[in-house]
Amino acid sequence: MYVAVKGGERAIDNAHAWLAEERRGDPDLPLMSVAQIRAQMTLAVNRVMAEGSLYDPDLAALAIRQARGDLIEAVFLIRAYRTTLPRLGASVPLDTGAMAVDRRVSATFKDLPGGQVLGPTFDYTHRLLDFAEAAAVDPAPLAQPDPAPLPHVTQILDRDGLIEPIAPDDSPAPDLTREPLELPACRALRLQALARGDEGFLLSLAYSTQRGYGRTHAFVGELRIGRVAVEMEIPELGFSIEIGEIELTECETVNQFKGSRLEPAQFTRGYGLVPGQSERKAIAMSLVDRALRWQELGEDFTGAPAQDAEFVLSHCDNIQATGFLEHIKLPHYVDFQAELELVRRLRADAHTALQEAAE
Amino acid sequence: MSAPPDPRRDWLSLMARSAPERLAEVLPDLPAHALLRAPETGTVMVQGRVSATGAPFNLGEMTVTRCAIRLDCGTVGHGHVQGRSHAHARRAAVVDALMQTDEAPRLTPLLEGLRTTAQAARDLRAAKAAATRVEFFTLQRGEDA
Repeated sequence: MYVAVKGGERAIDNAHAWLAEERRGDPDLPLMSVAQIRAQMTLAVNRVMAEGSLYDPDLAALAIRQARGDLIEAVFLIRAYRTTLPRLGASVPLDTGAMAVDRRVSATFKDLPGGQVLGPTFDYTHRLLDFAEAAAVDPAPLAQPDPAPLPHVTQILDRDGLIEPIAPDDSPAPDLTREPLELPACRALRLQALARGDEGFLLSLAYSTQRGYGRTHAFVGELRIGRVAVEMEIPELGFSIEIGEIELTECETVNQFKGSRLEPAQFTRGYGLVPGQSERKAIAMSLVDRALRWQELGEDFTGAPAQDAEFVLSHCDNIQATGFLEHIKLPHYVDFQAELELVRRLRADAHTALQEAAE
Repeated sequence: MSAPPDPRRDWLSLMARSAPERLAEVLPDLPAHALLRAPETGTVMVQGRVSATGAPFNLGEMTVTRCAIRLDCGTVGHGHVQGRSHAHARRAAVVDALMQTDEAPRLTPLLEGLRTTAQAARDLRAAKAAATRVEFFTLQRGEDA
């Protein structure tokens, strides 16, 4: 049982004043603006939006500054702020096929309709620290875009029946921000949890599947990053309008097959979708999504962590995790006092027993 | 998935996606109007689809601000915009109302300007992406030669 403490108000105020000073750092240096963080620390902003589960780059940038760059603390600030906002509704499901892509690559087909587009990638950079990074950069080269639509790569496989089909389905999505997570969780609920889950946790789980703990042998069928319009039905108007545009990273993996004598072999799918540019997380999410589908696809449960929905879904949220983890540093004096007395009594009992045995 | 083209749907979408500063620049002065619903910031749950085309799932929320106004002539306008700017939502609602009145011809070229700006930004990104389009070749391996 936790028993609260009180007191220390002045010390707490002083600690927070010092925190503010430390956060500001050297006052001779200019204060970093929210706009600068938003523009130059974009991928940190993206991560805070994804794990904070609230798409608003200005808020995420503000949170990063307030949290002194501690991204989990920034996610915490965003989650807390989110609870103060009313929910105005839900969007029409996104059409990622209509994405204006910055990047689109496939590890399975080198020649695909619409082509492969590298975008602003770290891939193929030499990972050498650039000590002389110029303040001014040359504008990126331009070329004539191909106006052809960019079909999802899995559609190409689907056309030939080579991959498990996805049936059209408009059943309402469960929402773990409204109803506590219950197991077994359907795939839609699992994807919601993974989309807001911790990138590091998903990365390690996904890596574990590659190393053999729930192996699914994934290929990145397609990875695309770009902007998609968000539409919502407006009841007052009686039709849907675009209420904005968000950047997304989508990863579709093509995985080892299932099949039988009656059903010819087909590849299976894993799916990752993350707000912002976050391809490491999107790939990880699709691997974990696929590993969690073992039952539906008639595979064996090998005891691998990534196959265990209860384990994955109960531990992927970094705000739940850090809340429970960090609370143990707060005063537990009464709790501990009880244990201390128990240990003392056990020791005293043992001592008495030893003495009696000796006599 | 999309509704049929509708001019009102079109201008409302344009308002939502325009930068608040840009809209304020194009339409600095607003006519007299009454607030039917004061600007209110909330969230909209953005939904994706399982494997892009399957069942909907909740991806995460985004901030949206809405507002409803009535012009002196009685015309009602609604604004729903991305982000948290109350001024933006209010301006969008006023534009929505004005576009339903005989002010529309005066506003249309201004909105076209916004559309052109948005399209130019999109075209520029598409052109940068096109410059990074790549052709991969598989190399013949030594042992196959």
